[in-house]
Amino acid sequence: MYNEIFDRKIEDVGLQTGIDRLTPEKIEKTVKQVLEGETGAKLKVYHDTCVRCGMCAKACHFYQSHLEPSYSPVAKIHQSIGVLIEKDGKVGPDFIYQCAQIAYTECNLCRRCVHYCPLGIDTAYMMSTMRRICHKLGVTPQYIQDTAHSHSATMNQMWVKDDEWVDSLLWQEEEARDEFPDMRIPLDVDGVDFLYSVIGPEPKFRTHLIYQAAAIFHEAGANWTMPSEPGWDNSDMAMFSGDFEMMGRLKRAHFECAQKLHVKRIVMGECGHAFRSIYDQGNRWLGWKDYPVEVVHSVEFFTELFKAGKIKMKAKHPGIATIQDPCNIIRGRGLYDHLRFLAHEVCEEIVEMAPNGEHNYCCAAGGGIINCGPPFKNVRMSGNKAKADQLKAAYDKGARTILAPCHNCHGGLEDIIHHYGIDMEIKFLGDIIYANMVKTKAVEE
Amino acid sequence: MQNTNGWNWEPGRKVETYADCAQNSEWLEEWCVSPDGETVARVACTAPAEFALCVNGKLSENVYEKIICPKFTPDGKLVAFVSQDMEWFLSVDNEVGEEGYGFLWDSMWADGTVAAAVQQDMQYGMIVGGKIWDNLFENGNNFTLSPDGKKSAAVVQVKSLGQADIYTFQEGVFQVAVDGEALGDVFMNVWTPSFNADGSKVAAQVRETLYDYSIAVNGKAWDAKFQTVWEPRFNPKTGGVVAPVRQGGKWGMAEDGKIIWAPKYAQLWHHQFTAEGDIWAICAPEFGKFALVKNDKPFSQTAAVVYDLAVSPDGKRAAAMARGEDRMFSVLTDTGAWNGKYDMVWQPVFSADSSHTAVRVDRNGRQTVIVDGKAYGEDFDQCFDPAFSPDSSKVLIKALNGDEYIRIVADVSEFK
Repeated sequence: MYNEIFDRKIEDVGLQTGIDRLTPEKIEKTVKQVLEGETGAKLKVYHDTCVRCGMCAKACHFYQSHLEPSYSPVAKIHQSIGVLIEKDGKVGPDFIYQCAQIAYTECNLCRRCVHYCPLGIDTAYMMSTMRRICHKLGVTPQYIQDTAHSHSATMNQMWVKDDEWVDSLLWQEEEARDEFPDMRIPLDVDGVDFLYSVIGPEPKFRTHLIYQAAAIFHEAGANWTMPSEPGWDNSDMAMFSGDFEMMGRLKRAHFECAQKLHVKRIVMGECGHAFRSIYDQGNRWLGWKDYPVEVVHSVEFFTELFKAGKIKMKAKHPGIATIQDPCNIIRGRGLYDHLRFLAHEVCEEIVEMAPNGEHNYCCAAGGGIINCGPPFKNVRMSGNKAKADQLKAAYDKGARTILAPCHNCHGGLEDIIHHYGIDMEIKFLGDIIYANMVKTKAVEE
Repeated sequence: MQNTNGWNWEPGRKVETYADCAQNSEWLEEWCVSPDGETVARVACTAPAEFALCVNGKLSENVYEKIICPKFTPDGKLVAFVSQDMEWFLSVDNEVGEEGYGFLWDSMWADGTVAAAVQQDMQYGMIVGGKIWDNLFENGNNFTLSPDGKKSAAVVQVKSLGQADIYTFQEGVFQVAVDGEALGDVFMNVWTPSFNADGSKVAAQVRETLYDYSIAVNGKAWDAKFQTVWEPRFNPKTGGVVAPVRQGGKWGMAEDGKIIWAPKYAQLWHHQFTAEGDIWAICAPEFGKFALVKNDKPFSQTAAVVYDLAVSPDGKRAAAMARGEDRMFSVLTDTGAWNGKYDMVWQPVFSADSSHTAVRVDRNGRQTVIVDGKAYGEDFDQCFDPAFSPDSSKVLIKALNGDEYIRIVADVSEFK
C-alpha cells in the first residue's frame, strides 16, 4: 500500500524483518494504543489544523536539496502518521515500512519547519510519534536499533564495558601528564562543582576530546569529576528510536550519577541531541518538570570560563572559520549568543553561513539518522545538498574551518564535505581552545 | 544503619594537620575519612607515575603506578584499587593480594566481606573476599553482594553478539549469575539484582521483549508484565518481592506480580522496607511534584526533586534531600520541610532512637551539619557524613578547614 510518490525504498534488515512480522490487526491495535494512550489534544490539533499550505517546504533541507514536494514536511506527515490518523491505523505492513523510512531517515527532527509554519505545527513531534509507533511495531532500522540495545545493556551507546570506560579515562589522564604533569581526571569526587558527561563515542574512538576537555578544566582550575559507573553517557538513541521507556532508564542513570556525587551541576560535552534528551524529553518522561540537576552545555560553560578570564588564548585559530549552529542547542536551547561570543574569542575571523542561528540548516545526521547506518548514508548526502551549498558559499568567502560544537554535526558534515568535495576541516570548540589556549600548567611553558 | 558502638564519643574537638604527606608528595588528592572519623586517607603522588596512600599523615611504604577510588567500608577498612606493571590489585588497609587482574572496579562491602567487579583476560565476574569467581563471562555489570556478604551476583552476558546483531540480542543474551553460576532464564536485559536477607533468593529487573518488563526471582520472571519496572526489594516480613511498575503510563507497586499500590503516580522509586514490612518510597503524585510516600499514602509536602531517601531505624520516620523549583536544596521529612535552603544537601542520617536527624549541607561554598533543622554554630571548607552516638545524644562532625582535619563530638543541644 505504498503511496505512489514513495518510490525510494531502501533495503534495511530491521525494517524488512519488522514488517514481515506484522499483521494488519497488530498495526491497527498498536496505532490505536499509541494514539489513544500516549497522545492527546496536541497531536489532534496539529493534524486537524494543517491546511497543507506548504510553507514548511522551504524550511526542510531534504526538500531544498531535492526540490521534490514529497520531501516537504507536510508531505512527509501526510505520507505517514497523517494516514494512520485518518485511517485509524487500518494500513498494511508495506505502508509501515514507508512510514518508518520517512520518520527515521528523512526527518532529522531539527524543528526548522516549526518556524515556518503559520500555525505553529511541530512536525518533529508528529514524526517522533510516528517513530514511537514504529518502535512499538518492531519496525526500526537495524543500526539505530542496535544502538538502542547497547544503551539498554550498558547504559551507553557504543557497547563500552564498565572497565573500558574507567580505563579510557585513566589512559587519557596518563597521556596528558606528559604535557601537564599534575593533571587529573578526578573519579567519583563527591560534592564538587560539576560532573562532566560525554557521549559514548568519546571513550570509544574520540578519546582525545576527553583529554582536551580535562586539559581545559585543569588550566581553568575547575573543581570537577567524572563518574566511574554507568550513567556517564549522556547520549540517547532510544529517544530517537521511539523507545521512551529506555530513554527514561538512561536519563535516570545519568542524573543519578550526578545526584549520588552531589555535584552542583552537570557540564555536558559538545553534543546537541544529548542535550535535548536531558533538558527536554528524558527528564520529563521521568516526571521532572525541570531537570533535577542543573545542566549546562559546553558552549555555555566555555563562555563562563572565557568571561571569567579563566581561559585565555595564546593565539586565535588562524584563517577564516564558519559556524555550524547545532539544531538542539541553538534553535532548541537559544545558545546563539554564547556560540558567537566564543567563536569570536577563539577564531581570527568568522564568516557566517546563510541562513544561520535558529534558521540554520541541520547537518542531516541529527535526530538519529546517522545512527541508521550505512544503508541510509546516501539519503543524508543527497538530502543535504542545501548544507553543501551553504558550506561552499562560506568556502568561497574564505572559510576553511567549520566550527561545530556537536558530535552529530561532525559526523554529518564530515560525510558532506567528502561527498561534495569541499576542502574544509571541522573543529569542536574544545579542539580549538585546547590547541591555542595559554597553558600555564604545561611542561613547555 | 551505621554501627557507632565502640567509637570515641568523648565530647570535644581534635584538630590534626597531617602535614608530613604534603612535604613528601607532589600532590595529594581528596580527603577520605573513616566512618568513626579517626582515620583520614589521601592518595599521594610521590613522584611521576608513583603513588602511595597517605593515612593519618603517614605515607605508606608501598607505592604503585596508580591508586584509584579509595573509600572506607562501614567497619573502617580502607579499600582502593592499585595498579602495578599493568595489573590491578585490591588493596584493603594497604594490604594487597598476590594475584593481579586485568581491571578492578566497583568495590563493595557487606557484613565484613569486601568484593569488587573484575575483568581478567577480557572475561568478567567478581572477586569476593579475595577469591575470583570460578566462571567468568563475556561481559558483566550490575554487581552486588548479599546483605550477609556470603553471596555475590551480577548481570552476565551468556551469548555472543555479532555486529548489529539485533535479533540474537532480542532472543536474550543476559542472565543473573550468583557466585559465578548463571541462574534461570536468559533475558534480553537484566538489571539490578538484589538479594534477600539470607542470600537464598535474588530478584532482578528483566526485559523479556522490547516491550515487556517484569521481575525475575532466581531467574524466573513473574507472569505479570509491565511497561517498565524499577529495582525490586524483598519484603523482610513476608519474603515477597516488591517493585515499582509502570502500567497505563502511571506508576504503582507490585508484589510477586500483583499490584499492591494502584498505578496512579507520575513516578515511584527508591522504595525501602522497614523491619515491620512497611514501604517508604519517593513518589510523584503529579507531574513535576515529588513527595515522600509510606504504604501508598503520599505526604502533602512536595518538591520539584526528592532524592537520597533515609528511613529511621524504627521505620516510623523518613527524610530526604529536596530541590525546589527555585533550584535550591532543603530537607524534606515526614513532618514537613525544614526552613533552611542550601546549595547542596546530602543524605540525612537518623539517630539510633530515631528521634534526631542530621544532614550535611553546603551554602555559599561553606559546609556544616544541621540537626533537626538547627545548625552547628560553625562552618567549614568541607564536611563529611555525620553520625550519632549509640545513645543518640551526641553528633560526630568530621570536617576540613584549610589543611586542618577536625573531629568534633558535639551534644545535640549544641545545635541551635
